[in-house]
Amino acid sequence: MQKYPAEVAAILARYPADSKRSAVMPLLYLAQRAENYVPAAAIDEVAALCEIAPTQVASIVGFYSLYYDKQGGKHRIQICTDLPCALRGADEFAAGVCAHLGVEMGGTTADGKVTVEGVMCLAACDRAPMFQVQNGAGLTFHEDQTLDSVKALVAKLQTE
Amino acid sequence: MIEHVVLRHRLPGMENIHQLAAYQASGGFDAYRTVVTSMTPQSVVDLVKASGLRGRGGAGFPTGVKWSFLSNRFPRYVVANSDESEPGTFKDREIMERNPFQFLEGLMIASYAAQASTAYNYLRGEFWELAARLDAQIAELHAAGLLGKNVLGTQYSLTVHNHLGAGAYICGEESALLESIEGKLGQPRLKPPFPADRGLYGQPTVVNNTETLANIPPIVARGAEWYRTLGTESSPGTKVMCLSGHVANAGNYEVPFGITFRDLIYGLAGGIRGGRALKAILPSGASAPILAATDKVLDTRLTYEDVAALGSQLGSASIILMDETVDMSWVAMKTTHFFKHESCGKCTPCREGTYWMTHILDRVHAGGVQAADLALLSDVTHQIGGKCLCPLGDFSTSAVVSSLKLFPADYEQHLAVAASVTAKPAARAKVAQPVS
Repeated sequence: MQKYPAEVAAILARYPADSKRSAVMPLLYLAQRAENYVPAAAIDEVAALCEIAPTQVASIVGFYSLYYDKQGGKHRIQICTDLPCALRGADEFAAGVCAHLGVEMGGTTADGKVTVEGVMCLAACDRAPMFQVQNGAGLTFHEDQTLDSVKALVAKLQTE
Repeated sequence: MIEHVVLRHRLPGMENIHQLAAYQASGGFDAYRTVVTSMTPQSVVDLVKASGLRGRGGAGFPTGVKWSFLSNRFPRYVVANSDESEPGTFKDREIMERNPFQFLEGLMIASYAAQASTAYNYLRGEFWELAARLDAQIAELHAAGLLGKNVLGTQYSLTVHNHLGAGAYICGEESALLESIEGKLGQPRLKPPFPADRGLYGQPTVVNNTETLANIPPIVARGAEWYRTLGTESSPGTKVMCLSGHVANAGNYEVPFGITFRDLIYGLAGGIRGGRALKAILPSGASAPILAATDKVLDTRLTYEDVAALGSQLGSASIILMDETVDMSWVAMKTTHFFKHESCGKCTPCREGTYWMTHILDRVHAGGVQAADLALLSDVTHQIGGKCLCPLGDFSTSAVVSSLKLFPADYEQHLAVAASVTAKPAARAKVAQPVS
């Protein structure tokens, strides 16, 4: 976290001075920036900044889906397979993406670049099949996807 | 039938109102200016009460009445609920992407009415790119003197912050949302006290949905009487209906409350894909009971009261349509998996019940179930319904209970497979144990 003094200060300024704990979620996104997961050492740093126990920070990481305590792929392709998307072919699409990458759902490619996950509704039901890509820099939406469009994207991600 | 009170960016010449200059040129922030410079907070509350505006997040509670409940303590907070996580909902995202300043103006007017000097906009974490744009737009409002200290030269000061969630449906429940901003697990609080008394940081707090807030500037600009010319007596105004699933033209449709399912689906949205027959409707995402697509249902008006009279809920109007090819026991399996994943774990009936429902429904689809398993499934729903702190527990049973009742054949077809393998009672008892 010492790498990001300006970001840390800006995050803490958003909440009352006596409620530093409120900064835990934005600080955890910052902690994930470098490696797309929260390293153990960062838990202690975030806890110190928020003036709470490391266990409390770890429980936040465990509770919320978008934080990870283990290393996965550099990019996480998170395909919505919830009901509205599934009615428009998302399960078959997700199976096609897994087959293309040669991984099971939840698996990571051998080069460590891409993890594929099935996730719950992402508020883009009218543009299914769709997925988001999560990496250290944040999340981007990819909508109205085809197997060809995802193949092109994966090729690009694997060169990064 | 299409009215654009909220989705005004769809009107000719309004495509650029996501830019501050274009929004202001179209009359944007005139309502906020009027409110801050010439109205008392109480008169704003009275105006919104008179409009009959009801909360668009799902519960349909009258917004002005909610505002009037605030305890007489300070500081107070206003929080926009932009968590939009109900399967089938994608309206708040369009509002914030295409007409962000109208939403922010509504949030700012609400903050003035509540006499709050800090407001938070809680967005689901997946709206990462959207939050970055809103950060920039909020900075523009500071630069324009519409936010910050002494707004427009008055005594009123206001700051707005975005707060990103991190993938938890439960944070759409207002008390869980407040816990989340406080840096805690998103688990609902016992009510009372309600947020109007003890909300964010224990202070009086208003929580309103994004779409609700986007309705406020037009109400201030054009008056409560005008607003009541739209919609019905009990459900005034327009509603953004999100259509998804097997509909020909999926998307958002802003229409006055009172349009029928038939006119919306077949009149505006092009009917069902491939000309197939419509089998069932989930009017409020995964949360409300399934409706069989009968003539009676199709001719029902989309209002809070009319859909409730059918035994379901309009909720946030995330209308998922399913054609004749869909097995409704599969639908129940999908929604149950959703709720199992999203249960916050606080209440035992929801945490354990969603687990058991998914196991039984997975078995239905793997083959090998008997009638007794369906009775067990039904029994589990009764152990969840009405026994949890927040409505998520009840929601998790809606599709299961309604599909068992309306579409028993969809379950029985799986029983036929089970009968052919003649599972013994002892074996079945063994299956009823937790798998992992």
